[in-house]
Amino acid sequence: MAAIFQGVGAAAALSSSPSNSFDSKKLLFSPRRSFSVKKGASVVVVRSDGNVNLDLNPRGRRAQQLIANAVATKADSSATSSSSKPGHELLLFEALREGLEEEMERDASVCVMGEDVGHYGGSYKVTKGLATKFGDLRVLDTPIAENSFTGMGIGAAMTGLRPVVEGMNMGFLLLAFNQISNNCGMLHYTSGGQFTIPIVIRGPGGVGRQLGAEHSQRLESYFQSIPGIQMVACSTPYNAKGLMKAAIRSENPVILFEHVLLYNLKERIPDEDYICNLEEAEMVRPGEHVTILTYSRMRYHVMQAAKTLVNKGYDPEVIDIRSLKPFDLYTIGNSVKKTHRVLIVEECMRTGGIGASLTAAINENFLDYLDAPIMCLSSQDVPTPYAGTLEEWTVVQPAQIVTAVEQLCH
Amino acid sequence: MALSMCRYVWWLSLSFPLHQFLPTLPARRLFPRPFPRCFRPPFFFLSPPSSLLYLSQSIFHSLLHLPFSLLSSSPANTPHQKPKGSRKVERDRTMSSAFSAGKFTTQPFPLNTSSPRSHDKPFNIPSATSPFFGSSRKLRLNSSSKLNLHRRSGTVVAVSDVVKEKKSKFAPNLLITKEEGLVLYEDMVLGRAFEDMCAQMYYRGKMFGFVHLYNGQEAVSTGFIKHLKKEDSVVSTYRDHVHALSKGVPARAVMSELFGKTTGCCRGQGGSMHMFSSEHNLLGGFAFIGEGIPVATGAAFTSKYKREVLKEADCDHVTLAFFGDGTCNNGQFFECLNMAALWKLPIVFVVENNLWAIGMSHLRATSDPQIYKKGPAFGMPGIHVDGMDVLKVREVAKEAIGRARRGEGPTLVECETYRFRGHSLADPDELRDPAEKAHYAARDPITALKKYLIENSLASEAELKAIDKKIDEVVEDSVEFADESPLPSRSQLLENVFADPKGFGIGPDGQYRCEDPKFTEGTAHV
Repeated sequence: MAAIFQGVGAAAALSSSPSNSFDSKKLLFSPRRSFSVKKGASVVVVRSDGNVNLDLNPRGRRAQQLIANAVATKADSSATSSSSKPGHELLLFEALREGLEEEMERDASVCVMGEDVGHYGGSYKVTKGLATKFGDLRVLDTPIAENSFTGMGIGAAMTGLRPVVEGMNMGFLLLAFNQISNNCGMLHYTSGGQFTIPIVIRGPGGVGRQLGAEHSQRLESYFQSIPGIQMVACSTPYNAKGLMKAAIRSENPVILFEHVLLYNLKERIPDEDYICNLEEAEMVRPGEHVTILTYSRMRYHVMQAAKTLVNKGYDPEVIDIRSLKPFDLYTIGNSVKKTHRVLIVEECMRTGGIGASLTAAINENFLDYLDAPIMCLSSQDVPTPYAGTLEEWTVVQPAQIVTAVEQLCH
Repeated sequence: MALSMCRYVWWLSLSFPLHQFLPTLPARRLFPRPFPRCFRPPFFFLSPPSSLLYLSQSIFHSLLHLPFSLLSSSPANTPHQKPKGSRKVERDRTMSSAFSAGKFTTQPFPLNTSSPRSHDKPFNIPSATSPFFGSSRKLRLNSSSKLNLHRRSGTVVAVSDVVKEKKSKFAPNLLITKEEGLVLYEDMVLGRAFEDMCAQMYYRGKMFGFVHLYNGQEAVSTGFIKHLKKEDSVVSTYRDHVHALSKGVPARAVMSELFGKTTGCCRGQGGSMHMFSSEHNLLGGFAFIGEGIPVATGAAFTSKYKREVLKEADCDHVTLAFFGDGTCNNGQFFECLNMAALWKLPIVFVVENNLWAIGMSHLRATSDPQIYKKGPAFGMPGIHVDGMDVLKVREVAKEAIGRARRGEGPTLVECETYRFRGHSLADPDELRDPAEKAHYAARDPITALKKYLIENSLASEAELKAIDKKIDEVVEDSVEFADESPLPSRSQLLENVFADPKGFGIGPDGQYRCEDPKFTEGTAHV
């Protein structure tokens, strides 16, 4: 509910080193260190342990204006008391599992369906141990039939269950596009509101380490036009767990995009129950000079570029938009009104991607506040090559981000 | 021995008008080469003239109508059968033969002649009614019973099993009571009258778009859905008006939906191809073929989940999935057959095989046109039934639904049926042979049931006429109601996009967009 400041330290340090796993040793900042920036007169201090400084945060005031049942959580009280409870440290896939497990315990109609989610524990171990705990019917190992088991999830959702459908890789959900577009998005409307579809469709997508073209797809651009669904992308263990729980509790069909390379991120998250608002964006690093909008893995490239930019004297404001559909135009708008320059950094393809839609939305709503045209850095319109060097060049790298900001701020 | 010779010469019988299906075809046309045993149309049928096509179709159907004994006598025909030794062919004396106009006079064999009949079957169907039970010999229950570990429930033999003892010692053995008969009649007449009225209204410009009418197929809808409880679910296709009516959705609601009025069952937002009713558990209404089958599988999954995980011990809801012959070549069909059989979901897959997918004949589209054979491939019984005969459909339905209710798993039922009109009201219907249409028109299910009721003194002509009149009034009232209902207002545009309208997001002013009054007015831009 209240905007949560993410640990800059924990988040910033991901580099595009060849190793697949990120553990705390590789983080350049330890989670507990605060990261401060001096620029002229203003000093911004962001604690990396999830403390929310409501005083500095205008969004905190706005949080009160949201409708009371927007997000039914104890987030407010937990935010202020989180400093007393240290929380526990875990990896992102464990955070997803924790969120899923808590929701399954809380509501018996929550079930999981997907390939290898049961006995195998999930191809990225997100559902490990759940089948032993909840049984084979609640954590259902399906045959390899995405279209049909997604449709089965939709039918189950219509008749009272709350399924969480896992695509082993997001790209496989292309086979389920029929069901996602025609049924998931539309049935609530075409039935005149008689049937709700509280389904969560999740899976890892994005460009990994030389996984090849078909396993490196970004489906958010394909799904974004489907009316009737919501799309969110998680990027840290904190918002992964929060978004997972919010998505399961939501009455709308939600597609939760995870990223293959982010599953081993480690962070300390609160012990108590919390959820993240599905429609809100996250302020990662406030700034003055330029607004950088990003999501999922590119957040880490941006934060790495931010270090360089700060050393060069720029003050970027980084926002993780989190909600890919619908966009949180309030957070984004406030930022645009402050900085007047926008850079969008995304992993989606150039054509028709999230960045393209976001550019259009910002131009439509905040054109008067812009001092320069919006720059959008996205992946090339290229099937992701296998070769490591080529793959690197299809995706946006921190150096490009630095160059773009320098260009924008001239 | 004589019978075994039959395999070489049985086809000659086709030259004689043994059956009344081909009254108009000249005899010389009936000298085919001996057909392949599994009946595949010859190669050149890839683009046949329509008369040859009709020929192949009618022969295809006639094959299935032929006395079972002739077909099965050849060992190669039935590799899984236990076959040698003469089999007795018995005369069918039940009234059902009267019902079927005496065409079928021999009785199908009981399936497991070798294995002892399991006497602990919970149900016995006097199933001498359908000649197509001959085809259910392809159930191959010997193999499927290996998969089925629950011996106590008995294998599904009963469809074709002739319960000889049960055959009544007192004539006549009626299949339905008077009340049931009237219910069936009324439901079918409602379906027919409603669809005819739809056509009228369409040509008068009251409804638009694609409208697919169900004339001729009423026996399938009535035969199956009248066995269901209110909590059971039905999933249909775009040809769903009559499924909705049979399930209990009021004619008024369906007609208003077709007119696009706000009083329709889906508030005018669905239309002809998207009939939904949460009250009557009609889960749609799907425009793309095959799309509803996974949804039906999901509803069946929920039923099983409720019973086993949520411990609602009495939850035995069954789901019926209706779809056509064209869908049976679609991947979703096969994927769902697999999953339903794998998890023993309480679902019945009902194929309304009306031989045509718009203009594509089933025989031109399918490598093996006998759809019921695809059931055993996945470990479930596959049954073929005459879909123009509501009583036969009803018998098969009772068994299949009973199976599902007891947790024995899914069944694939292929109903041979026919649509009297074109695929939709926009279809000129030029490809189908008028002789074929005439042939099936003579087997109109409503006329047949009427005849049965009257011949068996279950109802009088006057009673049936009274029902006809009542239905006419119901349908006219529904049209009036739909005419007078209001069209949806602008405010309805954005109302049901999301169950939780916060899904529209947060606007530039910090408010949720759904709180914007333009949203409730429907003028906001999403």
